[in-house]
Amino acid sequence: MKKAIVNTAECVACGVCAKTCPRQAITIFHGIYAHVNEDLCIGCKKCEKECPASVIQVVEKEVAS
Amino acid sequence: MKRWYDYLWIFSAAYMISGFFNILFAWVGLICFITPLLLSIMGKGKIYCNSYCGRGQLFELLGSRLKLSSNRNIPAFIRSKWFRYGFLAFFMIMFSIMIFSTYLVFNGTKNLEEAITLLWTIKLPWNWAYTGKVSPWIAQFAFGFYSVMLTSTILGMITMFFFKPRSWCVYCPMGTMTQAISILKYGRKMR
Repeated sequence: MKKAIVNTAECVACGVCAKTCPRQAITIFHGIYAHVNEDLCIGCKKCEKECPASVIQVVEKEVAS
Repeated sequence: MKRWYDYLWIFSAAYMISGFFNILFAWVGLICFITPLLLSIMGKGKIYCNSYCGRGQLFELLGSRLKLSSNRNIPAFIRSKWFRYGFLAFFMIMFSIMIFSTYLVFNGTKNLEEAITLLWTIKLPWNWAYTGKVSPWIAQFAFGFYSVMLTSTILGMITMFFFKPRSWCVYCPMGTMTQAISILKYGRKMR
């Protein structure tokens, strides 16, 4: 399944991804970095496309069943 | 559903325009400096950037809705820590020089300069926007502060045009500062 992952070390926590996510899967953790709730993420790539810092990537990920 | 704060871009645009008519409106811009700092000190993280930043909304509007952005990825060095904190340090130094200038006008050492300094170097006469009804230091601060606001708007516009709409947010000194405050407050846990 495709999921968004954030390079938290370089994330600027601007919140563009959280605003653009159609599933509200992204929250900004205490103003430090974006956090993706993988249960909600559908891998649509909207956040990847919009992230001004280009620190989000949607990758194939194994989800524990 | 749109909320009231989704329209703060109007405030931001009105602010930039007002400086062309009366420089004293520049003082209102202090709200955009004090509010994000207070909110992050109060533990609200970067809620100002995330929800209330009119400038960010304006770049979003111009870049995405009006399609003025080329939507390219920003060069990696701009999001690096040394660049972001370096730009913040540079910004703070230039801001301190502006405050010192205001002080010199306040104590009479220096005359009021009715000019805007663009990109920290280019001096533009701006005397039409000042009627001279307040103490010179109040006007000096307004000219200096508006210079900071106009310069950062121009930088933001340039990066909005060449990269993604809200590229300014990557190296915005206020954003770097509020993130640093949040890191100091909450550390780097939950990684």
